[in-house]
Amino acid sequence: MNDEVGDGEVLASYNFAYLDEQTKRMIRRAILKAIAIPGYQVPFASREMPMPYGWGTGGVQVTAAIIGPEDTLKVIDQGADDTTNAVSIRAFFAKTARVKTTMQTGKATLIQTRHRIPEEALTNDQILVYQVPIPEPLRFLEPRETETRKMHGLEEYGLMHVKLYEDIAKNGHIATTYAYPVKVAGRYVMDPSPTPKFDNPKMNQCEALQLFGAGREKRIYAVPPYTNVVSLDFEDHPFEVTKFEEPCALCGSEGAYLDEVILDDKGHKMFVCSDTDYCEKQQRKKMQNLGEEAKQRAFS
Amino acid sequence: MYVAVKGGERAIANAHKLLAERRRGKRSVAALGLEQIVEQLSLAVDRVMNEGSLYDRHLAALAIKQARGDLIEAIFLLRAYRTTLPKLGYSTPVKTENMLIERRISATYKDLPGGQILGPTFDYTHRLLDPALAGEEAVFSLEEGPISPNNFVRVSDILAQEGLIEEDGRLNGAKPNDITKEPLDFPMGRDTRLQALARGDEGFLLALGYSTQRGYARTHPFAGEIRIGEVEVEYFIPELGYVVIIGRIQITECQMVNQFSGSAKVPPQFTRGYGLVFGQSERKAMSVALCDRALRANELGEDIVAPAQDEEFVIAHSDNVQATGFVEHLKLPHYVDFQSELDLVRTMRRDFEKAKDAVRSTACGLHEKQEKQKTGEVSSER
Amino acid sequence: MTRELPLLDAQSISKFYGSRSGCEEISFQLFSGEVIAIVGESGSGKTTLLNCLSTRLMPTSGSIHYLGRDGVARNLYQMSEAERRFLMRTDWGFVHQNPSDGLRMAVSAGANVGERLMAVGERHYGSIRQTAQNWLERVEILADRIDDEPRTFSGGMRQRLQIARNLVTAPRLVFMDEPTGGLDVSVQARLLDLIKGLVNDLGLSIIIVTHDLAVARLLSDRIMVMKEGRVIEAGLTDCVLDDPQQPYTQLLVSSILKG
Repeated sequence: MNDEVGDGEVLASYNFAYLDEQTKRMIRRAILKAIAIPGYQVPFASREMPMPYGWGTGGVQVTAAIIGPEDTLKVIDQGADDTTNAVSIRAFFAKTARVKTTMQTGKATLIQTRHRIPEEALTNDQILVYQVPIPEPLRFLEPRETETRKMHGLEEYGLMHVKLYEDIAKNGHIATTYAYPVKVAGRYVMDPSPTPKFDNPKMNQCEALQLFGAGREKRIYAVPPYTNVVSLDFEDHPFEVTKFEEPCALCGSEGAYLDEVILDDKGHKMFVCSDTDYCEKQQRKKMQNLGEEAKQRAFS
Repeated sequence: MYVAVKGGERAIANAHKLLAERRRGKRSVAALGLEQIVEQLSLAVDRVMNEGSLYDRHLAALAIKQARGDLIEAIFLLRAYRTTLPKLGYSTPVKTENMLIERRISATYKDLPGGQILGPTFDYTHRLLDPALAGEEAVFSLEEGPISPNNFVRVSDILAQEGLIEEDGRLNGAKPNDITKEPLDFPMGRDTRLQALARGDEGFLLALGYSTQRGYARTHPFAGEIRIGEVEVEYFIPELGYVVIIGRIQITECQMVNQFSGSAKVPPQFTRGYGLVFGQSERKAMSVALCDRALRANELGEDIVAPAQDEEFVIAHSDNVQATGFVEHLKLPHYVDFQSELDLVRTMRRDFEKAKDAVRSTACGLHEKQEKQKTGEVSSER
Repeated sequence: MTRELPLLDAQSISKFYGSRSGCEEISFQLFSGEVIAIVGESGSGKTTLLNCLSTRLMPTSGSIHYLGRDGVARNLYQMSEAERRFLMRTDWGFVHQNPSDGLRMAVSAGANVGERLMAVGERHYGSIRQTAQNWLERVEILADRIDDEPRTFSGGMRQRLQIARNLVTAPRLVFMDEPTGGLDVSVQARLLDLIKGLVNDLGLSIIIVTHDLAVARLLSDRIMVMKEGRVIEAGLTDCVLDDPQQPYTQLLVSSILKG
């Protein structure tokens, strides 16, 4: 990767991809350590970014530290490329790093995401960067950093299962639907960021490198390619993925994560893919198939 | 309808245009100049420099103007700028004993060498709105005496001569930790803590300091000394082999003197709470000093019973740039996680209704049986 | 015949807070299945000693050897924190005077009991729940309270729940700090009966701190009387209480009789 400023005329006073090289090196060191210890939260000296904490500064710093001029960047928020925050972050890198951007999952070398993993399987030449609000999976069970660090160090994860036990005792099933805790490479329990648990299986043995940046909480963690990522559960209450009762109203996909869209004030609604790129691709495919069928009918 | 949640680039661009418009306000009113802000809103400038961790009045004024007077937003602007600056080195510790004093008071001594100097303070003003300020102000000029070049001895040094107060803290290593370069790590040294407090939110630290006075970790503080004035910033240049003065800044220093009963190793003596901030920011310096002292509970073997003594609680929540970001991020779309929760609540409600129905039908069954016995009729209704 | 090794062998335990001593030069042995009571007035150092013995506090000097399940005696103070914490949540129990210190008050009774099982890797919800249920019955808590949080329990119930939570991993050694403190007399009696039954059934070893000599007499085989950080008298409980040698012990015993 080359960190030279591509063109001096834009933002002369800012370095390529905004961060100075010293900071980037510091972040890269943290990333390397994170990759070496899958699922372990590496503290790093998070910097102020020109967007607020909690709006993806962790992900932006990770992206800024690893992006090069040859990269093609995709940014999604809630699975969509055109949500406001995704637009804003994409514009930020288009401006400060002058990199190519794309909305197509397959064409991106670097994907920054908030709350979703793309439906299309990622490949080993891609990196997925997650924006993380609260990196500590034990935080809401134990508020103290000093204590949670000890629990990770000593692999004391009983408390995590206490939470799941309570869910089942109260609701008959595990009532955690997003930020569903996982165990990485058989060692560290990790928060996958607030992605729906629907996406958890995609993390397991994923071909792409997955990096997690939490700016405000100053932590970076990683799942290297081809790593086991197991969702915590009980033998008699195994982890289950959310199933949708109907297919996407736009592309007809089954087995994709759907958003509920309210159509009017009478409570009518429809369900559509949250991954907008995937949805468009499926719609094109559907149209093509319809075309093919029509053609065949016409000629037969 | 579907578009409503997807903002898109145009919506953002339009919003920013409108923001610029509102910031400027009515065109018939003259635009604020940075000099006006620097000169006439100087305490706002001081706060922004402090919590923005950058001593530059003009940039702070620019940030205030750009932020439409929203000081936390201005602090954020300044921080985001600061983070991109190269970090060249560390000055030598400023010598506050050599301060060119503009204000200096002590609550612990009636009089002391150098005297009490009130300086430009709101203290003892009657808080009556002054209509004279509403229009053009009458110009008057103050015959300012030269600032006394005396080296005012610090109150803490007077106490230290008798051994009545603990010594100044010493650094653990050769140089202080730098919270802008190293991740915060709990528990932390006092040097790190003081840095974090110096850029902490004034309101938050004020409330915590206040809580210690009201009995949540009471430390019996006395304002040993508050001094405001200018100090020289010195920098050691290794190539030259000596120290050069690279500038002069205005700071506020507060030394709180607190009771301490002593321990097995240490005789009873006063302890210190310390606050040092940019500009004239007395409230902030005092709050920092109160919090600093409260946060030394562990070091001094005191019981940790109150929020102000809890290092993780105080330091992790004192940064207003972090706090405002995370609170305001709730405005970002969360419909993917919300969808998961919607689903869950629906499932749970279904289960709940099913259970209720089951109970109701059993109850109805009993009821019906009784009715039947009484009337000999069978009700068809459930 | 080989001599039985002690379960716990404490040698010259001292704990200083600055120049003030918490406890000084305390040595004793505890054998498997034995109950030892540490008695004394408040401030006599008995809780400090208990905390040192259970490694919740590091003593200033001294050693404790604990006989592991593998038959090897190890110095507790030289174990790694990981080993010590593992011991604490499997082979040991600690019953606090105030149940809220030993329970998770906002988590159901079932999960309170099940936590240790999950901590050691039990991953079958059904069997965790069944085990929890059995333990609740054993400590006389009705099965239908299994999903209730301990904050809805009475003081006596909370204390019984705390005991169940500790015993679920079949520990060999349980530390108790004034377990009956703060309970009504009738509730106390019921709890003591329960503890006594469990000791007999499970062959537990217990080190119990109490200021109440009646509790010591009912539960313990041996007794250590502490005053100003030192053990001033020790022996079989009945012997010490029936025929105290030290004036201080005599005073303690007589004050009980009078009271």
